[in-house]
Amino acid sequence: MAALEEEFTLSTVPLGAGPNGLLGVEQSDKTDQFLVTHGGRTVILYKVSDQKPLGSWSVKQGQIITCPAVCNFQTGEFIVVHDNKVLRIWNTEDVNLDKVFKATLSAEIYRIHSIQGTEPLVLFKEGAVRGLEALLAEPQQKIETVLSDDEVIKWTKVFMVFRHPVLIFITEKHGNHFAYIQTFSSRTLSKYTLFHGQEEKSVIQNFTASVDRKFISLMSLSSDGCVYETSIPIHPRDPDENQRVVRSLLLKTVVAGNARSGVALTVLDQDHVAVLGPPLPASKECLSIWNTKFQTLQTSRELPQGTSGQLWYFGENLFMLHGKFLTVIPYKCEVSSLAGALGKLKHSQDPGTHTVPHFVNWETSRGYGFGSQNSEQSKRILRRRKIEVNVPPPAFEQLLSTIKKDSEKDIEVELCKFLAVKRTPDFHTIVGDIVLELLGRHTTEPSFYPRNSLMQLIQTHVLSYSLCPGLMEAALEKTDVQMLQLCLQQFPDIPESITCACLKLFLSISDDSLQETEINMESVSDCSDPVQEKMDEQTEILQNGFNADEQNCDSCDRKLNQKPQDAAEETTSCPVVPKRAALLNAILHSAYSEMFLLPHLKDIPAQHVTIMDWICLLLDANFTVVVMIPEAKRLLLSLYKFVKSQICICSELNKIEVSFRELQKLNQEKNNRELYSIEVLELF
Amino acid sequence: MGEFKVHRVRFFNYVPSGIRCVAYNNQSNRLAVSRTDGTVEIYNLSANYFQEKFFPGHESRATEALCWAKGQRLFSGGLNGEIIEYDLQALNIKYAMDAFGGPIWSMAVSPCGSQLLVGCEDGSVKLFQITPDKIQFERNFDRQKSRILSLSWHPSGTHIAAGSIDYISVFDVKSGSAVHKMLVDRQYMGVSKRKCIIWGVAFLSDGTVISVDSAGKVQFWDSATGTLVKNHLIANADVQSIAVSDQEDSFVVGTAEGTVFHFQLVSVTSNSSEKQWVRTKPFQHHTHDVRAVAHSPTALISGGTDTHLVIRPLMEKVEVKNYDAALRKITFPHRRLISCSKKRHLLLFQFAHHLELWRLGSTVATGKNGDTLPLSKDADHLLHLKTKGPENIICSCISPCGSWIAYSTTSRFFLYRLNYEHDNISLQRVSKMPAFLRSALQILFSEDSTKLFVASNQGSLHIIRLLEGSFKHLHTFQPQSGTVESMCLLAISPDGNWLAASGTSAGVHVYNIKHLKLHCTVPAYNFPVTALAIAPNTNNLVIAHSDQQVFEYSIPDKQYTEWSRTIQKQGFHYLWLQRDTPITHISFHPKRPMHILLHDAYMFCIIDKSLPLPNDKTLLYNPLPPTNESDVIRRRTAHAFKISKIYKPLLFMDLLDERTLVAVERPLDDIIAQLPPPIKKKKFGT
Repeated sequence: MAALEEEFTLSTVPLGAGPNGLLGVEQSDKTDQFLVTHGGRTVILYKVSDQKPLGSWSVKQGQIITCPAVCNFQTGEFIVVHDNKVLRIWNTEDVNLDKVFKATLSAEIYRIHSIQGTEPLVLFKEGAVRGLEALLAEPQQKIETVLSDDEVIKWTKVFMVFRHPVLIFITEKHGNHFAYIQTFSSRTLSKYTLFHGQEEKSVIQNFTASVDRKFISLMSLSSDGCVYETSIPIHPRDPDENQRVVRSLLLKTVVAGNARSGVALTVLDQDHVAVLGPPLPASKECLSIWNTKFQTLQTSRELPQGTSGQLWYFGENLFMLHGKFLTVIPYKCEVSSLAGALGKLKHSQDPGTHTVPHFVNWETSRGYGFGSQNSEQSKRILRRRKIEVNVPPPAFEQLLSTIKKDSEKDIEVELCKFLAVKRTPDFHTIVGDIVLELLGRHTTEPSFYPRNSLMQLIQTHVLSYSLCPGLMEAALEKTDVQMLQLCLQQFPDIPESITCACLKLFLSISDDSLQETEINMESVSDCSDPVQEKMDEQTEILQNGFNADEQNCDSCDRKLNQKPQDAAEETTSCPVVPKRAALLNAILHSAYSEMFLLPHLKDIPAQHVTIMDWICLLLDANFTVVVMIPEAKRLLLSLYKFVKSQICICSELNKIEVSFRELQKLNQEKNNRELYSIEVLELF
Repeated sequence: MGEFKVHRVRFFNYVPSGIRCVAYNNQSNRLAVSRTDGTVEIYNLSANYFQEKFFPGHESRATEALCWAKGQRLFSGGLNGEIIEYDLQALNIKYAMDAFGGPIWSMAVSPCGSQLLVGCEDGSVKLFQITPDKIQFERNFDRQKSRILSLSWHPSGTHIAAGSIDYISVFDVKSGSAVHKMLVDRQYMGVSKRKCIIWGVAFLSDGTVISVDSAGKVQFWDSATGTLVKNHLIANADVQSIAVSDQEDSFVVGTAEGTVFHFQLVSVTSNSSEKQWVRTKPFQHHTHDVRAVAHSPTALISGGTDTHLVIRPLMEKVEVKNYDAALRKITFPHRRLISCSKKRHLLLFQFAHHLELWRLGSTVATGKNGDTLPLSKDADHLLHLKTKGPENIICSCISPCGSWIAYSTTSRFFLYRLNYEHDNISLQRVSKMPAFLRSALQILFSEDSTKLFVASNQGSLHIIRLLEGSFKHLHTFQPQSGTVESMCLLAISPDGNWLAASGTSAGVHVYNIKHLKLHCTVPAYNFPVTALAIAPNTNNLVIAHSDQQVFEYSIPDKQYTEWSRTIQKQGFHYLWLQRDTPITHISFHPKRPMHILLHDAYMFCIIDKSLPLPNDKTLLYNPLPPTNESDVIRRRTAHAFKISKIYKPLLFMDLLDERTLVAVERPLDDIIAQLPPPIKKKKFGT
């Protein structure tokens, strides 16, 4: 689970406006220290944790810095380029940039790259690349031209692959994009044409890339608001040939399609990307963290004063402009794991009754193929799906227009019609759109609260929190506990803060108002019939793979059974009315991460004495959910076998220890002759 | 080499007292240890962990707290409510002062070393000013509702933490008022215990207070806010003691289950500056409660009910991997508790509050090496002599003829005359001992039992002539001008002409008894003397030091002997130097002048000066008898050190006559059998 921490402003001086305000942020050789290059004349070294500058250097009036300053990790010196061709190299002790080492080159520099483990690399505007050492040895050497006329570099990045640097840069010529990969281990430059696929109309706005052994995964944010991914091999089979690579859709509509500026994208880790831009056409600009694996929005932060479309990520800090100030937002992320994903899945009580699975079908949403190397077959599937997506059911259009203006009753009728139509693979996104549309009207028109329609939509079992953000907030606002219960039961990805808000509401709502609401009491039916409960527990555990035939298991099984019974007995003595218990049960069964839940739990008023006990139950319940899912069956079985063998070992060890002690006692008795004896000793 | 009949004695029913407190002094590298009977021992960690001094116990003076103050001053507090300062030179109690707060449970010296805090039964924390020759009551802190069991100063000296029952108070030293009261959870494994006793607190310079309590918890508190920061449940029983290193990067706690846990401040991830306390190593060297722990810069020190003092070096802090890096377990005192009458085959055992006199048995049978001979007469318990008063016995001695027994407590000296009529013994106390004979540190009879030598705690040596049933004071050697150091070890030459006396640090003095004057002083050596003896005929003084060096000094020639120089030049065998218990007794063979007999707790050795010395390549200890070997090999491999490790732990060994030895053993199992049962713990939890 990813989380953004409290942001703070780095520069105390406002920067010049626009994208020229800031040229770049680069790491220095000391952790926590970063070089910030202002558009214009100044380079400042900041200590981020202290939020204070350590040094500041400016070029002379009339000169202009043309590429961000970097740190040479091998020497600890700083390098900056001004007036396109002039290199300046200095130390922290130097005061005046005018007096430091200077080298004037024969060609214009696009960017200097510096990363740990190699010397800085200089990329020229014409596409040539040189190591810094070689350049400094002969600054006026001739720099060859690699790019064709009108071809300009748009973006570049460098990676270390097997201890050798690999440089990628993207160029544009007449609306076409090309990727160049320069490797230094084999000194090859390979060129790829980026094939846009079906989204020909969209303009690529921003790039980011990550490296995975043999491939560079290039991600681009297009003007349609979607993120596309392109895999480019680092070592091409045939370097001379101009190859084409196809991009595929990674994330859909992460920013509003029409956003012109302030859009940026950067890879955080294997599964997470950070996106800067307005999520909806009218909304303010946001920094959002997306999980690409599960296609979910992890967290977002609004930047009301606007941003510049520049985003840097180093270590645990995200740097961006917020208004006129350079802002740092520390970012933390747990690696997403199978266990984490399983914890988000719902255990279906009786799988036979639901035709549609509870959870979001990742395959469909990810849908458009996994990469450019996909086989013929997958391409065919892809095309077919595409057709399906491209033709939304007519009922949908009808419904959307109804939502915009008609009464709640009319909407319900239209909705029924729409739901009656056969479901398409992207059904869940369409349902999400409908909910968002309803909520949109609710925000503009607070009296409009299409409760029945929303309930109906939730019961399609395809919604998740991230598909319809705002739904639960609206329900919380309306203290619609029934809907909240339904959401808690249905959504696999509710943020912990919302779970806590629900908990707070459920605890504070009066018994009288609860009496009036209709609440699904299924989860607390055991309160009235504990005998039935016991029976259920018995069969459930046997179903979960514990073989009753095995004699040795019996005692263990019984022990396992006892615990849920005890818990059930505890709940019967629970000091809340059954309806409230049902609501709290919904919370207990919802998925959460302890780490993210705990900070919010602190906000809950301490008026309820039972709250701490409930938290304990909450923890137990989550564990139960994990234990009950069918996927855990094999794991549990092997775990059970392992524990059993461990117990065997321990009991055997104890037996050995006892016999050993007995032996020792016997031995002692033999040694322990008398309190007094006379013996013969001969010394040799 | 020689065949002996060995009287193997295991009926010395000695049980050391449990350790109650330990206090480590960084400046002098000394460790003070107090035991449940009130005894206080001083160990010199630089001198091979030698127990160089001790203060005898007292029945009413159970020590509950022990601490060092500036200038190597040692204080203790106990259940009788008195604060005691010890005189480390004269080896007596300087003064005792009632704190008027009921039993004292805890004590702490301020970081600057000039103020002393005591925590009392009545809930008061009292501050004393340490003046050059005494302590002076300054004031009381706010009284708490129950006893103060633990105290700790903040390193800046501005605040203190006091552990009580169920809560910890933080006091401001200036105002004396409680700033925070931190309540400790009584719950233990979900069960609410009646009380939670805070056995120990430690105040760190960053304001963290670490507490250990009877519910098995080690807790970290923020003293600024009075909140619990972290909780470690480490034991199913009480955690009874805590000690923090000077650098505050590691601390040690001891539990009632006998486990000692090491906690260290380690980085959360490599190369991150964020650090947290992590329980790193558990040590199980004790079977019973670990009542006290100390943290020296290089070792964890622990002691408790099982009477062992355990010194566990921290391997990461030990620079050279030498014998100092080995675990030390000190169980027995580094002094003799047994004396022997060779003539009558008697053994005198010294206990804390009584003496036992035993007569050894006899046999007429003979046998070969390793045989146990049938007894024609068993050993007899002749006498049980109980002391009067609450004080522990400091030292005792039986005369070689067996007719005199002398012993001393802190305030009285006793001399008895024994009469033997067939199997009956009659005991007669010699009354009217002179006033100067009040307290003796060491007592010795001359070989012919006509003279008694007494080392008093004022540094003087008294010589008394013994007559039938009475005595006469002959002479007193006053201490060298300017020194008040007490003599702890005495040796008399068999001809009665020479008396050697040694203190804890200065050299060995040799007195001429005939002319009653100081004959010479053996040059001072860096390590304390552990045993002394003068050889018959040659009058060579043999001195053993705590670093396992043995010197031979010719008294008539006033110089080291040729043999001693040779062995110093060549050096002792490395295994000899690595032994970890000191030599506590040296004796000689009346017919073999080349032999020196000596022993420590784990071996007995006869040094044959006529044989070549072993070098590091030779096998020092070979328990196997030579079989089928030609005389040549035997002669070639033979060296001067003849060692036997059959008898252990060996508390006493002496030669009764030419062919008879007596060995007194005290098996550890017999001691453990007399201790209260430990907390049962399954080794392999199921």
